[in-house]
Amino acid sequence: MADKLLELLQQLINGLSQGAIYALIALGYTMVFGVLRFINFAHGDVYMLGAFVGFYLGPKALRLFSEGPSYPGAALVLLLAMALCAIIGIVIERLCYRPLRERPKLTVLITAIGVSLFLENAGQYVFGADPKSFPEVITDRALEIPESWGKISGLTITVSQVLVFGVTLFLMFALSHIVRKTKLGMAMRALSFNPVAAQLMGINIDVVISFTFGLGSALAGAAGILTSIQQPSIDPLMGVNAGLKAFVAAVLGGIGNLQGAALGGLLIGLVEALVVGYVNPTYRDPIVFGVLILILLFKPTGLLGASEREKV
Amino acid sequence: MAARSKLYLFLAVLAAMIASHVLSGGAEPQIPALNSYYYDVLIGIGINIILAVGLNLVNGYTGQFSLGHAGFMAAGAYASSWLTLSYGYALGTSGFATTTIFLLALLMGGVIAALAGLVVGVPSLRLKGDYLAIVTLGFNEIIKGVIQNCDALGAQRGLGGMVQHTTFFWTFALAAVTVYVVVSLVDSTYGRGFLAVRDDEIAAEAMGINTTKYKVMAFVLGAFFAGIAGGLYAHFKQFIHPEGFNFMKSVDVVVMVILGGMGSTAGVCVAAVLLTILPELLRYVARIEALPEWLRHIAENRMIIYSLLLIILMLTRPQGLFGAVNLKKKKA
Repeated sequence: MADKLLELLQQLINGLSQGAIYALIALGYTMVFGVLRFINFAHGDVYMLGAFVGFYLGPKALRLFSEGPSYPGAALVLLLAMALCAIIGIVIERLCYRPLRERPKLTVLITAIGVSLFLENAGQYVFGADPKSFPEVITDRALEIPESWGKISGLTITVSQVLVFGVTLFLMFALSHIVRKTKLGMAMRALSFNPVAAQLMGINIDVVISFTFGLGSALAGAAGILTSIQQPSIDPLMGVNAGLKAFVAAVLGGIGNLQGAALGGLLIGLVEALVVGYVNPTYRDPIVFGVLILILLFKPTGLLGASEREKV
Repeated sequence: MAARSKLYLFLAVLAAMIASHVLSGGAEPQIPALNSYYYDVLIGIGINIILAVGLNLVNGYTGQFSLGHAGFMAAGAYASSWLTLSYGYALGTSGFATTTIFLLALLMGGVIAALAGLVVGVPSLRLKGDYLAIVTLGFNEIIKGVIQNCDALGAQRGLGGMVQHTTFFWTFALAAVTVYVVVSLVDSTYGRGFLAVRDDEIAAEAMGINTTKYKVMAFVLGAFFAGIAGGLYAHFKQFIHPEGFNFMKSVDVVVMVILGGMGSTAGVCVAAVLLTILPELLRYVARIEALPEWLRHIAENRMIIYSLLLIILMLTRPQGLFGAVNLKKKKA
């Protein structure tokens, strides 16, 4: 019995560290949806680009501090990926979405799919389609849990899992601070509440939208690095699946809602871990999509989302 | 053209095709200089026309956005293959008997796919745009996932051993039927409902149009044709694999519909032809050694070109080549 419980705990821990990554990506989806009311399909691919920034710049960044893996080096890699992804996100919005802002949603949706496919395939062209092994930026090992803690010492918790979870929490709090306490954050909230009124109040919506894309993409870039620390094999299509799962997470939590995205991400991570652990790994993706369909059927606003009435 | 004369013309063409097929004893018409490679491309064109015209009913005429057409194609491909593999010789081994089974299999593939379309259509009642796109994509993954886990359907190994029943004749006869049905449907009084749902759902509902029924109808019919196309594909390639019906395949069809112009069957047919030939041309370009290395690499990866095509098309000509839908101005 105790062993079963231990196994369950282990699955939950694995699920949480994966869920943290989904949550980070889901935040980007939700923020962009909040201000522009559309789903940025290319968001998952920005996450992939984040991982590749780490792949190319990681070794150089690490060398600035010491020969081997180090924490300051890892932090620098993380910041570099976030900064570059923010720029990429802003450029994508500027080039592809801004000219379409006055067009029907379907046009923007198709463009977003186009951008996503372009990043994936240009990625295969530039980086090569084969999986790359991500440089070791931190030394990963299992934490030692004292024997005196009893059965719990049988659990495997790795340094990277703790790190991923910690960094994710930190970024979420930082985001929450930006959105709630800064002027730009207030402008973001105003824009998502009522775009026309926000504009009338003197908010420069171009700046706010760029900022939102930058912020969301930076989080996706961070997720790209964090996931590569846990699973050091990266490839140009890694963003497809992660992006879709994160989208499901955003919808589960209630799209447009930041806490919801975080909650949804963790839940999807847990569901996945439980399916892999107890059902059948090949059912992982179908079940996650099944969850999405069930939510949309029974509670389209998600767990924490507020319902929005359509005005004729 | 009046509806009736169009019907007669269509029936005449179909009758001529069937007559020539029967008279030649079911053998393929021998077209000189048509080697198996060109034959392959031709059949591909026919199958893509069926897929794209069917999807156009959903995405173009009804204004929904389905990203899971390959899922329905998979349902049809597997259902029909299962039938011909299990009962291929149930009526005897003569050409007539096996062809009958093949046609039954295609029909069953279409019906199974239509049932899947019904399942997808129902949530579509509550969803719009982006959500619907993701849900249909999700269904595509679910159908794929179910097949991957179903040992009777070959699971991850794929399913092979089908007899090559698909011929030039059957492919294009069915493509003609698809085009005819879709065009007549949206041209009919009944079919105006599809366009009304697309142009303004709220206004359509206010005018007493059962928008729910039309949306589900579009999904079911679109899926039915995708199922037929899947059956044709399976009995042409003689081997199917779940990964052959992934998201990328759905995107292929979506690109055809968008390039041709949502809501224009003629445009979509042209786009289906163009986009079936394009990858072959690109393959040819990639082999020209005089070209710079980077260009040849890009030619090898058609999706780079497809995706750029999508973006540029949306930015400059969102209605596609022959589109009837005005995507330039935002709805009030």
